[in-house]
Amino acid sequence: MDKEITPLQPTPAWRSTQKVSPRVTQKIAFTVIWICGVIAILALFVIVGYVLVRGGRTITPEFLFTAPEGGISGEGGIATVIVTTIMLMLLTVVILTPLGIAAAIYLSEYARDNWFSGVIRYGVDLLAGVPSIIFGLFGYVVFVVALHFNFSLLSGALTLVALELPVMIRTVEEALKAVPHSYREASLALGCTKWQTIRQVILPAAIPGIVTSIILTTGRTLSETAALYVTMGGSSALPTSLFSGGRTLALHVYYLAMDTTAFDKAMGTGIILIVLIIIINLITHRISRWYQKRMGIKETE
Amino acid sequence: MNPKMQAINVSFYYGKKQALKNVSVDIKENEITAFIGPSGSGKTTFLRLLNRMDELVRGTRLEGRLLLDGENIRGTGRDVVELRRRVGMVFQQPNPFPKTIFENVAFGRRMLGMSHSQKLEEIVEKSLREAALWDEVKDDLHHSGLALSGGQQQRLCIARMLAVEPEVILMDEPCSGLDPISTLRIEELMQELKKQYTIAIVTHNMQQAARASDWCGFFLLGEMLEYGATGEIFSRPQNKKTEDYISGRFG
Repeated sequence: MDKEITPLQPTPAWRSTQKVSPRVTQKIAFTVIWICGVIAILALFVIVGYVLVRGGRTITPEFLFTAPEGGISGEGGIATVIVTTIMLMLLTVVILTPLGIAAAIYLSEYARDNWFSGVIRYGVDLLAGVPSIIFGLFGYVVFVVALHFNFSLLSGALTLVALELPVMIRTVEEALKAVPHSYREASLALGCTKWQTIRQVILPAAIPGIVTSIILTTGRTLSETAALYVTMGGSSALPTSLFSGGRTLALHVYYLAMDTTAFDKAMGTGIILIVLIIIINLITHRISRWYQKRMGIKETE
Repeated sequence: MNPKMQAINVSFYYGKKQALKNVSVDIKENEITAFIGPSGSGKTTFLRLLNRMDELVRGTRLEGRLLLDGENIRGTGRDVVELRRRVGMVFQQPNPFPKTIFENVAFGRRMLGMSHSQKLEEIVEKSLREAALWDEVKDDLHHSGLALSGGQQQRLCIARMLAVEPEVILMDEPCSGLDPISTLRIEELMQELKKQYTIAIVTHNMQQAARASDWCGFFLLGEMLEYGATGEIFSRPQNKKTEDYISGRFG
């Protein structure tokens, strides 16, 4: 062995100022982070596991394909509730997405950074933190009462749009701002107008971020209860028009748990709700990836 | 020969800071004019004035006149979109769109309203051939432009610009991010392109200016200190500072 080569000595600098060696600090940090991660994952498993154990037995073909019959024992299934949930979800997305994207384009591409856009941004951020029941009461006063939409799909969807719009605007704005400036320059230098640039270059490039935003807001639609409680009523029948009421899966969970003895069925409904969220995420991601590959947005698969 | 573009006593300000001082220069048709100079000397700022890309930044002011075929490119009734179609630009960093190779090249024409697919295919092929990229990508036209190498991406950007059939090509350090072989290919390409187009190029690379250009302007601190035939500038510079710069004593 060549003894002249000595291993690198740790710089003694830390000794004079710190009590603990950086290596020990690093070990401690890793351990703490690891424990936090385990706790988070455990909590998730415990909750999902509990829901599965309590509700699993109630999920039968009959439960899925019959309507709720009501009553104190919560007879019947959830067929109409599933359909109502999907109807509300689609209605909300159809109204919300164009509004959210348009507002985000204004903020990201047109609004100058002055006090006006500052007030808008601050307002949007503020609204994103307001409890949903406040939006619910707003929806009740405006859509249900003043506009005579009554307890209905439309009242519920419009209330959700108001509730989710701030989140959508800010997330889409971030997606648009993340599109490299060089794309804009390239398009303008080719003699394209600003609108052509936004429509043909910036929006397509921001599609992945916009899709994430839609998934995020759809998740809120599926999980919302308070705001819908006061705008959609609680009819368990299938809505026959935009102006008839109904209940979503999340609302149904609330009704079952509070008004009936069928607690297991509430958990069963919860399982269906979770499965629905997973399915929607998968479908949306598939479409998004297919689109990106077809349009050549991503380099490779 | 008539100058394709002309700058007459051009000064330019970012806010209060003066970036260009009284620059006058001719860009001659079907020849390559290079602008050299150290960083911050104003050469890129000047190039971007030629197709009004400076207007993307707020709070700037321009004095003097810029002409294309003897007509002012700014002022009332002058359409910026029309100008940029006639004066194309290639940027320092290759910036293909996140679209397929075909759609990248077809983009400008599509925006002009062309939807005839056979004509588009012809234009795409012709442009890619002009940009010396066709043979490398002809089987991958429907793959993403982002999957190409840096040098290929830059040639894709050149093809994309050629597809709208500009008259003048502005190049802003088009090879600064490329390896020597890709750089050489772009330089060869420029010699081909100048038969049909007028080219102005900004470059940090003195050898590139000496090899590839016919005319050369030397910028320093916002002024054009010297302008002349490239051979003259590099063999007998009139200005001491030009000589210092091209011989590598500063910059």
